[in-house]
Amino acid sequence: MNDILVVAEHRKGELRDITFEMLALAKRLAREQGGAVTTVLLGEEILALQEELSSLTDKILVVEDPLLGNYNADPYLVVLKELISRDTPYITLLGHTAMGMDLAPPLSARTGIPLVTDCIDVMIEESHLSVQRQVYGGKVNAHLQLKPAEQYILTIRPGSFTYQEEWDSSATVTKLPAPSWDALRGRRFIGYLEPEAEDVDISEADILVSIGRGIGKPENIAVAEAFAEAIGATLSCSRPVADKGWLPKSRQVGTSGKTVRPKVYIALGISGAFQHQAGMKNSGTIIAVNKDPKAPIFKVAHYGIVADLFQVLPVLTEKFKKQ
Amino acid sequence: MNIIVCIKQVPEVTDADLEITSDGTDIDKEDLEMVINEWDNYAVEEAVRIKEAQGGKVTVVTLGDEDSEDVLRRALAMGADAAVLIDEEGFEGSDAAGIARGLLRVVEEMEFDLVLTGAQSSDDNWAQVGLLMAEWLGLPFASLAVKVEPKGETVVVHRELEANTLEEVELPLPAAVTIQTGINEPRYVSIMGIRKVRNIQIEEVSAGDLGLEASQIGKQGSSIEKIRLSLPEEGEGAEILTGTMEEICEKAAQVIKERGGVA
Repeated sequence: MNDILVVAEHRKGELRDITFEMLALAKRLAREQGGAVTTVLLGEEILALQEELSSLTDKILVVEDPLLGNYNADPYLVVLKELISRDTPYITLLGHTAMGMDLAPPLSARTGIPLVTDCIDVMIEESHLSVQRQVYGGKVNAHLQLKPAEQYILTIRPGSFTYQEEWDSSATVTKLPAPSWDALRGRRFIGYLEPEAEDVDISEADILVSIGRGIGKPENIAVAEAFAEAIGATLSCSRPVADKGWLPKSRQVGTSGKTVRPKVYIALGISGAFQHQAGMKNSGTIIAVNKDPKAPIFKVAHYGIVADLFQVLPVLTEKFKKQ
Repeated sequence: MNIIVCIKQVPEVTDADLEITSDGTDIDKEDLEMVINEWDNYAVEEAVRIKEAQGGKVTVVTLGDEDSEDVLRRALAMGADAAVLIDEEGFEGSDAAGIARGLLRVVEEMEFDLVLTGAQSSDDNWAQVGLLMAEWLGLPFASLAVKVEPKGETVVVHRELEANTLEEVELPLPAAVTIQTGINEPRYVSIMGIRKVRNIQIEEVSAGDLGLEASQIGKQGSSIEKIRLSLPEEGEGAEILTGTMEEICEKAAQVIKERGGVA
């Protein structure tokens, strides 16, 4: 089969962006292969999502069950294993997201289908499937040619493909009964947890001064704070700073934190993992300060300063104090 | 509560000037410092904390060359009780599944309530090993944990989702959990601490001891035919400001004033 299967991702009644991004890739691959795009939609009371997908895919497979209401790997795996064995799609796509990262490896182990994770591009070259990904913290590109196989499972990095435009036709919808839940392993979804109360909302700021691992130790944050104050900016951070508890999680920019679009984003000592880039790359103007000229942050920045941030900040702060 | 933690040694690449080896399949690691994978460090700390609170035993397992003993010693110094080193001979060129098969053979012979791994490693970035093992072991699992709380027969896990959202799930024990960074504050490991555990015997095993055949691991067992690494092209992206520090900061200040509307 030359079909491409997309596992739709949704949460709290809304399709997530990655679903549309995967559909864009799926459409390209299916056209090259002369196959069809099938979207799998699992959930409970999901008619609205089904209608939203209807002009973006050839087929929709719907399985509704209370156990599928909120994502849970346990029942999801049972359904997906059955569908993939039944329909034998050439490629099954999942997001490289909290859902797809949780689901893809066990699905690969359960079906015996080879898996490649975190793909940023997928090509079919001389009947070989090839993928592009990044290794070593985004500092190295990796082009992988896969061994021939009947089927593959891939997870796709969010933001790698642009939104799918609507198709001319509308999808055929097939509703399938939920399978027997005899083989579940007892994972129970309890609920979503709301973020803790925040002191400031960094997504509202016009200017963000954002600190990363390069800040070194919590005592050094005062230097960045003084600079932020001098230019009227709000202080934010990348993951390592929040991980260490030096700034609250509410200040974290990135996939698991907040997405921001200030007029000016100043990244200090931030290497720029893709999860961070995803949260700030649409800022108006990005200025990055980093010792490492190869730091991935310079790929998304408009202006770069290759230097130790502690040499830059006193001089830069002074420029604003004089006025 | 007996806990197994699978860990890995990786090169520290932050601030390092990387070069690709002549065959294009890896980076030159000669001059790079080797450290414990950051996610795994959090996993070891989490296991030791659970043991300290509830009793039991923590065993750390790694697959690597003889230098990988360093990450095992480090984990022992943090409070792990036993360590297993799987010799990487035969595993060279493995994909994530090949590595997971090696670890699986060691883990399935042991008694445990929890298997912890880092959610991913900073080198290959697969984010697969812990969950492949979970599936092969037939265990309930949860990934990307920022809280792990064993309560009698079950464990409550908070999974980190996107956009500052968490999800609470419950798993019956035994279970497998992959650990996200930031879940705890890993303790400092001193050279004295590592010296103190120098007499703990590390169990060493080979692919042969584990009954693994060449077709299951290494290049032969991998789903990857060819790999070609490259460094991103220079000159893409940011305009790098040049001159004296004074000049650089003057230009940066201009940009901030114009674009940010700073008076």
